[in-house]
Amino acid sequence: MGRIRAALGKSAGRADREEIDAYISQHAAGPRPRAEWNLIARFRDRVLSLASSIDQVASASEVPQALARYLRENNLPLQAVCWPEFTQLDWTAQGMNVAARPAKGSDLVGITGAFCAIAETGTLVLLSGKESPPATSLLPETHIAVVRSTRIVKGMEEAWSLLRKEYPVMPRAVNFVSGPSRTADIEQTVTLGAHGPYRVHIILVD
Amino acid sequence: MHFKARAGEKLRDTRLQQALAKAQGKFVHTRAEAILELENFEAYRDAAASIRDRVIRDLDLYLEQFEKNASARGAVVHWAETAQDVNRIVCEIAELHGVRKAVKSKSMVSEECALNEALEAAGVEVVETDLGEYILQLAHEPPSHIVAPVVHKTKDEVSDLFEQKHKKPRKTGIPELCREAREVLRPHFLSADMGISGANFLIAETGSTLIVTNEGNGRLVTTMPRVHVAITGIEKVVPTLEDIATLLRLLPRSATGQAITNYVSINTGIKSRDDSDGPEHFHIVLVDAGRTKLLGGVMQSMLRCIRCGACMNHCPVYQNIGGHAYGWVYPGPMGSVLTPVYAGLENALDLPNASTFCGECAVVCPVKIPLPDLMRNLREQQTEQGLRSWQERLALKIWAWTALHPGIYAALSRIAARILKGMAGGGKLLHYLPGGHGWTDGRDLPAPEGRTFRELYRERRR
Ligand code: SF4
Repeated sequence: MGRIRAALGKSAGRADREEIDAYISQHAAGPRPRAEWNLIARFRDRVLSLASSIDQVASASEVPQALARYLRENNLPLQAVCWPEFTQLDWTAQGMNVAARPAKGSDLVGITGAFCAIAETGTLVLLSGKESPPATSLLPETHIAVVRSTRIVKGMEEAWSLLRKEYPVMPRAVNFVSGPSRTADIEQTVTLGAHGPYRVHIILVD
Repeated sequence: MHFKARAGEKLRDTRLQQALAKAQGKFVHTRAEAILELENFEAYRDAAASIRDRVIRDLDLYLEQFEKNASARGAVVHWAETAQDVNRIVCEIAELHGVRKAVKSKSMVSEECALNEALEAAGVEVVETDLGEYILQLAHEPPSHIVAPVVHKTKDEVSDLFEQKHKKPRKTGIPELCREAREVLRPHFLSADMGISGANFLIAETGSTLIVTNEGNGRLVTTMPRVHVAITGIEKVVPTLEDIATLLRLLPRSATGQAITNYVSINTGIKSRDDSDGPEHFHIVLVDAGRTKLLGGVMQSMLRCIRCGACMNHCPVYQNIGGHAYGWVYPGPMGSVLTPVYAGLENALDLPNASTFCGECAVVCPVKIPLPDLMRNLREQQTEQGLRSWQERLALKIWAWTALHPGIYAALSRIAARILKGMAGGGKLLHYLPGGHGWTDGRDLPAPEGRTFRELYRERRR
């Protein structure tokens, strides 16, 4: 610190602590895309371009049926782990076996919710917490995210405002998820499924 | 070996030339497409440059804010003056928490100080988990590009390497190679005691570290092990989450042409009693290692760098020789500026000259760093400190003196033009120039017509 101060010492236009606090608490946004999107349409469009898939249902009670159909169509196991908020849904009626616990390395399908979603980039915003263990969206090969369409916001800036409003303290982990994990390290060829999920399927609930 | 010698070697390496040719076009093309989505791209660059300048101008105060907020959440902030200090601090952390195995996601700063070797000497097994870095660790090679570290390797080379090291049936498809790496690395994530990551940004407002990854290894490294160590440069601070939004619109677009990376992970403090996962200990190591030397001087704007790699992707010199020829962690134009400053001007004599001064790097740089100006400045410093050869300095002195004496300059250039015309022997090209073979070995010099520009000018005016 001493060296930093000595180096900066006399340079022009230095601010003091109050000015810095003032700048930070302003939360001023920079330039932003001007387009007036239909948020759901834009989100859907972006999600598809990121190689995720998306479905839409009218109410939460329809989620198990939509999910079972997706898993069967893609030859995926009907066994999953989920965040606690989804334990109440009737999974067994769809032939599914769903446990409400954080994912382990061997789990193949993980079901999560989302704090909100960002239309500009097709991004899911996930927060860590007791009710939302991060491992569930990370370790399994298939990540299913159930998102309320009312929680789709325009850009990152709106997501930050929502976060400040609903969480006075920053959660330990805020993760943006935009599509399945990928790598292009070998010959710059994009390959889906690196260390995280191979596929991300989003179910929008109206 | 010096840059010139290494560069020559790389130019003759046909495998490398093929690998580079394949990659380069892709990077340039995808970036060009990605920035089209943002109408008025210049406004974003201006905003990003001014965010970075704002922090650098008052770096001490922003770092203070960051440290205060990070500590309030249970993170421990360490200050490392030199690369050796980084190694010492991280080894001490490992010892403190009884660490036997560490998984690492990409951290350029830890490359700066050769951390892996230091940890291994202290008895800690280190596993690189970024696919590219993992391949390099198997091959015992340094990275050649800051975003795509194995851009110099072909798929077949990776197949050979995996077959030999994993002792599994040889895979030839890229997806199969990736799956094999995933399966080999997954148990390491789950059994490691410590995760080591870099940080693309530090957020002053919240005391958080932020990393961007595509593979998801950054998330695993910061979530699964009980100890997390983030190592990054002191200049990485950004004031607010809103400023992060601006920078994130530029970083992935400039780096890989993505509108956003697959993962952006923001980590704040240690796991709380309620959390089912996350580290119990979080250490943040902030590294100087030469950065304060840039503060308050003409080179200060270099600290804006957000390590996107666009300058090297668009650099004709990098495109021809790859990253290893630059001899240190940071290649391309940004490396030509950083290496002399961090490692010493006398240790990187050729680097500020490894440029055609086409200016493309400054055009694509998302934070508007005037890279060619900075390289020119380093050249001047080299000359002033007497680091260039005496022949070069003498030649420049003679030229400077004659340029100040127009009469003599005109007479000498008249003579030179006629001699060169004679040497070409009626042809239009010179294949050889005494004392100038570095130039004429690779190309011809058009022979002068025999009269100088001044002579022609005077004639036409009449
Ligand atoms: S100098 Fe500019 S273009 Fe090069 S890596 Fe840094 S930010 Fe990117």
